[in-house]
Amino acid sequence: MDRRIFGLETEFGLTYVPSDGRRLTPEDAARHLFKPVVNWGRSSNVFLENGSRLYLDVGSHPEYATAECDQLSQLIAHDRAGEAFMLDLVDQAEDQLLDEGHEGRIYMFKNNVDSAGNSYGCHENYLIPRKIEFKRLADMLIPFLVTRQLLCGAGHLITEDEQTNFVFSQRADHMWEGVSSATTRSRPIINTRDEPHADAEYHRRLHVIVGDSSMSETTQLLKIGATDLVLRLIESGEIYHDLRLENPIRSIRQISHDFDGQTVVRLMGGDEPTALQIQWILFESVKEFVARHGAHHDQVDTVLELWERTLRAIETQDYSLIDKDIDWAIKHKLLMGYAQKNSLELSSPRLAQLNLTYHDIDPARGLFHLLKRRGLASSVVSDIEIRDAVNNPPATTRAAIRSKFIRAARANGRRYSADWVHMKYEDEPGGIVLCKDPFAINDPEVDKLIEMMSQRA
Amino acid sequence: MTQESFSARRASQNQSQEAEEIQVNTNAQSAGVDDLLDEIDSVLESNAEEFVRGFVQKGGQ
Repeated sequence: MDRRIFGLETEFGLTYVPSDGRRLTPEDAARHLFKPVVNWGRSSNVFLENGSRLYLDVGSHPEYATAECDQLSQLIAHDRAGEAFMLDLVDQAEDQLLDEGHEGRIYMFKNNVDSAGNSYGCHENYLIPRKIEFKRLADMLIPFLVTRQLLCGAGHLITEDEQTNFVFSQRADHMWEGVSSATTRSRPIINTRDEPHADAEYHRRLHVIVGDSSMSETTQLLKIGATDLVLRLIESGEIYHDLRLENPIRSIRQISHDFDGQTVVRLMGGDEPTALQIQWILFESVKEFVARHGAHHDQVDTVLELWERTLRAIETQDYSLIDKDIDWAIKHKLLMGYAQKNSLELSSPRLAQLNLTYHDIDPARGLFHLLKRRGLASSVVSDIEIRDAVNNPPATTRAAIRSKFIRAARANGRRYSADWVHMKYEDEPGGIVLCKDPFAINDPEVDKLIEMMSQRA
Repeated sequence: MTQESFSARRASQNQSQEAEEIQVNTNAQSAGVDDLLDEIDSVLESNAEEFVRGFVQKGGQ
């Protein structure tokens, strides 16, 4: 399959900083934040006109799930559109709070951990063929996912035994299993929730919940692009090195904590390669696979170049090779530079604040955005593409059908409901359509519903 | 939720930010790292410890 459906679900951290001393709980802040959403869609769980889903998730986290995408840049633009929606909600909530006599500012962070050690996720979804044997897929994919933090960790500061260190990943310390159906109680690297939102005879959903949220668009490109390439290699049925890990969870933590990438990872077969060597093996396997089968989209070369350059940077410890492109390296440069200039230890509260504010999604205030404005962080999509993704669905997937349906229902003032596969016109009996093909961009049955909604008074 | 729902406040902020950006870009090369670190200080909330400690969520997925 040359096309694959991708989706990203991002949970945001939320905090209210009063300037008048009157605190709000995160639940209260979330409730205010979602008032316009409830007014718009009579629920705090809605599908928007760009095909995406916006909702309050477990733990009062605002969450944005992109519409079905089938191209990397499109996915990145739609993920960034989620930030734009959240910023808009922040503005409205701050205004409303002011009206109620609360003076303060709402902060939203695209990160994965709060100050008390609670974690929340960025979940990746990949549509894969049903015929793939899942056990084999997991065996081959987990070594990649455990070491992938070298490519796309967000960087983090952790304190152990009174010593504060910079580590690759925010999420690594919050994973407890390889594969399972849990999400909050005991988080697995791969979640087995198999809701393909498509014909389950042919498709299956791969739900990866181990990743750090990405501020950097280039990091996002590498994270999704490299994972897609490894999946293609697995799907091809070709055999490559057996890299099954003896203890993935022990390894994922050790790798995160060892910033020079030289941690030895024990394989089931007894070998002890470093995390970096595992990544090199996977990179070379993928590169060779692409050479034999050709590139399946126009950003494959960019992904491979960035992947190789990142491994080279870790190998040579010359992080300047990637310090505009990879979140952990961008953040590392920022934190180390600031600490040096101000003669601060990594344990300083100011450094903890920088580590957090890197993820502030406010373009005027967030440190990632500040660096980007100064040309110190690269981008993949333009502001125009992000704005387009706010207003329009991906044109190449089922999201286009959902969007058309929601727009028509709203324009005609009709009662409706929609989810990933269902479109329901509620004012008349029999007005429900099931769209099982996520690659479809037209559905005659939905068109009939739209006609029905526009004709009857 | 469409473009129409976007508040006027964000739009005006973006405009002033773009103007700022042009200024920053012209100064960036000469000003360098010191200037960057000063700008960082200007956007951070002053009480680092309280700000960070105040950010506590319920766990998510």
